[in-house]
Parts: sequence; structure tokens; C-alpha cells
Amino acid sequence: MNIITCIKRVPSTETNVRVGSDGKSLETSGVEYILSPFDEIALEESLRVKEKLIAAEQSGVPANVGSDVTAITVGTPDAATTLRTCLAMGADKAVHIKDADAYKRDPFAVASALASVIKTMPYNLILCGKQAVDDDNSQVGAMLARLLNIPFVSLITKLEISGTNALVQREISGGYEVLEVTLPAVLTAQKGLNEPRYPSLKGIMGAKKKPLEEKTATFDSATIETIKMEYPPSRPAGRVVGKGVEAVPELVKLLKEEAKII
Amino acid sequence: MQPILVFVEQANGQIKKTSLEAVSEARRQADVIKTEVVALVIAEKADAFIKDAGSYGANKVVAVEGADFKEYLTASYTRATLAVVNSVNPMAVLFSATPNGKDLAASVGAELKISVIQDCISLNYDNGAFVARRPIYAGKSIITVKALKTPVLVTLRPKVFPLGATASQTPSVEKLAVSLTADDKRVKLKEVVQSGQKKMELTEADIIVSGGRGMKAPENFKVIEELAGVLNAAVGASRAAVDSGWRPHTDQVGQTGKTVCPTLYVACGISGAIQHLAGMSSSKCIVAINKDPEAPIFKVANYGVVGDLFEVVPALCTELKKN
Ligand SMILES: Cc1cc2nc3c(=O)[nH]c(=O)nc-3n(C[C@H](O)[C@H](O)[C@H](O)COP(=O)(O)OP(=O)(O)OC[C@H]3O[C@@H](n4cnc5c(N)ncnc54)[C@H](O)[C@@H]3O)c2cc1C
Repeated sequence: MNIITCIKRVPSTETNVRVGSDGKSLETSGVEYILSPFDEIALEESLRVKEKLIAAEQSGVPANVGSDVTAITVGTPDAATTLRTCLAMGADKAVHIKDADAYKRDPFAVASALASVIKTMPYNLILCGKQAVDDDNSQVGAMLARLLNIPFVSLITKLEISGTNALVQREISGGYEVLEVTLPAVLTAQKGLNEPRYPSLKGIMGAKKKPLEEKTATFDSATIETIKMEYPPSRPAGRVVGKGVEAVPELVKLLKEEAKII
Repeated sequence: MQPILVFVEQANGQIKKTSLEAVSEARRQADVIKTEVVALVIAEKADAFIKDAGSYGANKVVAVEGADFKEYLTASYTRATLAVVNSVNPMAVLFSATPNGKDLAASVGAELKISVIQDCISLNYDNGAFVARRPIYAGKSIITVKALKTPVLVTLRPKVFPLGATASQTPSVEKLAVSLTADDKRVKLKEVVQSGQKKMELTEADIIVSGGRGMKAPENFKVIEELAGVLNAAVGASRAAVDSGWRPHTDQVGQTGKTVCPTLYVACGISGAIQHLAGMSSSKCIVAINKDPEAPIFKVANYGVVGDLFEVVPALCTELKKN
């Protein structure tokens, strides 16, 4: 079973966003980067699928031998560090589609570059995060599935593989669905699917020896252009109504008469 | 002029309110551009949705019907949407930025080789092109983008675009037959599980009461639930409460949880970490109840009460019930 996980290097969720000098992108100086949290969940799930298959095989159930987890990204040169993090968590290899302009690419351009490289690789399952936490675009997974002509399910919170099928739970408004999917498929990870592991010291040491392959791809031209980047409207300065239960009547009065919302 | 197409989403046999918002916005755009609004209804039986789409401003409804379209599945809905896009040749396709709306828009985008402008908070037609604003970094910044290709594919954030005035016009109706291929049937819906009694969706709620680590134990959330009951609100949580196993993941508000913009957000025992603020700071009014006067949540709260939530929240319930 070959599992591919698409990942993205993104600014840490702690980042205080500052607008760069071009007025339309993030000021990157001093920004720390992390593996996008939903991609981390997707990678964790890939590792768990592999571990379950290995465990089944060891207990005598014939499984697909040669289970392999590959982390792949379309990323700037420094995204190699994030791929190493994936290898340290337990991915077997990494593929870096190097692109100096990665942060400016359209979702379709990224999805088609990924598809062009993934087409040349063996795969049974592709996991992505439901969205990257920087551009919040939530579309690469769906697009990749279409481009590869394989089934797609978004927002999964549970995954069970049985043979060439997967049984997944998908979050919907007010509940969840249970779906059966034929493999290969693209699935996107939602919070609740698992708790990602931390890379172990052994993992970090081992990561250095694992293969990290560089690839190039051609990119489709942009279909959306960013004109400017701004800060959200600032909120009025916070106001403390009072302390403890004595403040409650005043609070209710303000909500009624000043804010007029109840 | 090419029309504006708007995808109408249904839940339990009713048009979703967010889709009525989308139809209303399509109508406003069409009035500026002087074109027509076509509503796309995909359902087992479409008739129930036609009148509502018309009363919020659709001139025409194109319906794709059949047992294959009873439930949302990406592949079948993509097939149906593409057929309608080919048939009506729209300048724009509007969806709601709901889980299914975003999923469908992206899938349709791949076929048209066009990226989607997801989760828009405003839309303008300017000099022959659509310009939209959308939050990024979970609302820590807003970008303005321009569509370079047609049709422009946009999803509209729920609760941002106001409902339009209702009109009494009856739209014309066209039914389009769409058949699926074997490839479209590779995902099968086995079961739909609704969690408990009519749980209110956080992203669609007008009022949210959230609890954080200050709740201290799962059973204490009954204090929050009582207040939510009085206010007819949905219940949310910080990541600390979710990671402690006190609340389901679906309740998490924040950068890696839900982004919400209710009229009123009541934060109880939540410190106001940057990732939590990212998800809720566009709420119209924020009330914070926290015993630490230095908690960052007080910087964004319109109204703060410094105190023990286990005293303040019940008192708030009593006071609200009095009125
Ligand atoms: C990658 C990443 C993603 C994250 N995503 C999210 C996210 O989506 N959403 C999110 O919420 N967090 C997120 N976080 C976590 C975030 O950084 C904070 O840890 C979290 O928001 C803290 O939750 P809290 O405010 O409930 O807990 P705390 O920070 O522990 O605050 C508890 C508060 O309760 C108050 N309190 C305690 N007892 C009482 C009482 N009896 N009465 C009144 N007040 C009381 C305390 O004064 C304190 O201010 C993320 C973190 C990371 C690293």
C-alpha cells in the first residue's frame, strides 16, 4: 500500500500577521514556519494506516507488502525543512516540487503540479489536510482528485481500510456521514481524525538518511490575482463592565439598550 | 449578458438559509450588471425549492433531479453542476461557503481549470471583472482579489451577505437530465448520523456561548448549556476544552477549529489566545467572563466581566430570564 500525503509549510499559528512592503503579501521577516496542522493530521493518519497493515501482516493476515508513506509538497526551497519534519515523524520518503513562487500560486496551479508528479508515482491512497491554515483555500484536495480521476471525500474524521475499499466518516452540519470509497482515492483530514505524534529523537536522526527527492513541474498561469492585503477592521477597545455577579444587571442592560442584540 | 448562476443547497428538504443569502447576493450583482439570476437546484425532487429561489430573486431555475442526487456526493453533484454550467454559460457561479459548497466549488473548478475564490465576505463587479474580499490566516488578514478568468467561482461566507427583499415572481423552470458514469459512483453513502437533538451549527448560529479550560470539567458545561438555552445559542469551545476531551472536535472555535461571526459571542473561562481570537474576533459583539483581569480576551471584548464564571454565568441566566 503506497500512501501519499500532500503537505504545506505555513507560518506558525502564533504569527501576528504583518502586511509586506508590496501591500499584498505577508511580511515574512521574523515569521516562524510549521507543518500546516491539518496536513500534520493527514500525515499521522497515513502513518497509522501503514502501521496497522504491518501489524496485520505480522499476525499472519496477508497484506500489501511494501507499505510506503511519501510526503510531497509544492514549496519554496526552505520547505525541505518541513519535509524533513515529516520524515522525522515517520514518512519513508519525501518529494519536493521546488518552486520559488510557491506562496503566490493559485490552488489550481498547485493541484495540477502535484497531479503531474503524483501520476508518475505508485499510489493507493492520497491524504491531504482539509485546508492550509495560511491561505485557508480548501481546494487542492478536491482538485487533485478530479485531475487524477479518482474518488474524493473531504473532512474525514475516521478512516478504516479494508482491502481495496475505505470506510470513512465525514463531518457535515450537525453530524456526520459514513461513506464507502473505492481506492485509490483522495481524502482530506479534519480535526478529530487523530492526535498527531511528535517526532522522536530516533526519528529526527533517521530522517537525515531518508530520501528527499527534488522534482520540477510547470505551473498553469494564475486565474486569481491578489490586489491588496489589509488588516481586518479593528475592534473598539475592550471595556470591563464590572466585577463578579454585581456586574450582571449592567451587562444585560448594555446588551439590550446599547448593543441592542438581545 | 451572461447570467449569474447560484448553487442552491438544501438540508432536510429545505433550502439552507445560507443559500437564500447567496441567491440574494446574486440578485444584487445581477441588478448592477443588468443580467439574470439562474438558480441551480440538485435534488431528488426539486419542486419544493423552486418557489423560494424565485422569491429571493432567481429569474430561472435549472433543476437536476433523480434518486442519484438525493444526497450530496462530490462526484455526482460535480457532474450535474458542470452540465448546467455548460448549458447556461454563466459569468459567475456563486456557492455558499459551507462544507459542501466549498467542496463542490473546488471540484467544479478543477474541471474548468479555474481556482475558486473561497469564503468571500464581499463581491463587486468592477470594469468587467469580479473583485472579492476574503479573510486569510483565519481572519488575521483580509485580501482583495480579482478574477482573471470566467466564469468566476466564488463561495460566500454564511451570515455575511444579507437576505434580499422577497419578490413574488415565479421563476421559469428548466429540468436538465444528467446521467452519471460508473466513475461517479465510486463513493457510496452508507449512513447519515445527526448528533443529538437539533444541534445548532456554529457557523450558522446568531449567538454562541463558548467555554474554555476555565470550565474545569466536562459536566460543568451544563452551566454553559443553560445560558445557551436561555439565549437560543449554539455551544462552542476553545481547543483546550476540546483537547481535554470535554467537548467534541466539532465545537472548537479558532484557527484550527471553526471560524464564526455571530451577532453575540460569549467567552467563558477562555484566555483569548491568538488562535482562538482568529476564529471569533469578527463576531459583532463579544462578551468575556474571566477571573483573570489580565486575560487577553478582555482586549477584544465589547463587554467584560471579571469574575468566577461559576457565579457570573448562572447569575446572567437568572437576570436574562427576569426580562
Ligand atoms: C497549531 C495550533 C492551533 C491552535 N488552534 C486553536 C483553535 O483553533 N482554537 C483555540 O481555542 N485554541 C487553539 N490553539 C490553542 C491556543 O493556543 C490556546 O492554548 C487555547 O486557546 C487556550 O484555551 P483556553 O483559553 O480555554 O485555556 P487557557 O488559556 O488555559 O485559559 C483558561 C482561562 O480560564 C480562566 N478561568 C479559569 N477558571 C475560571 C473561572 N472559574 N471563572 C472564570 N474564568 C476562569 C483563566 O483565567 C484563563 O484565562 C491552537 C494552538 C496551536 C499551537
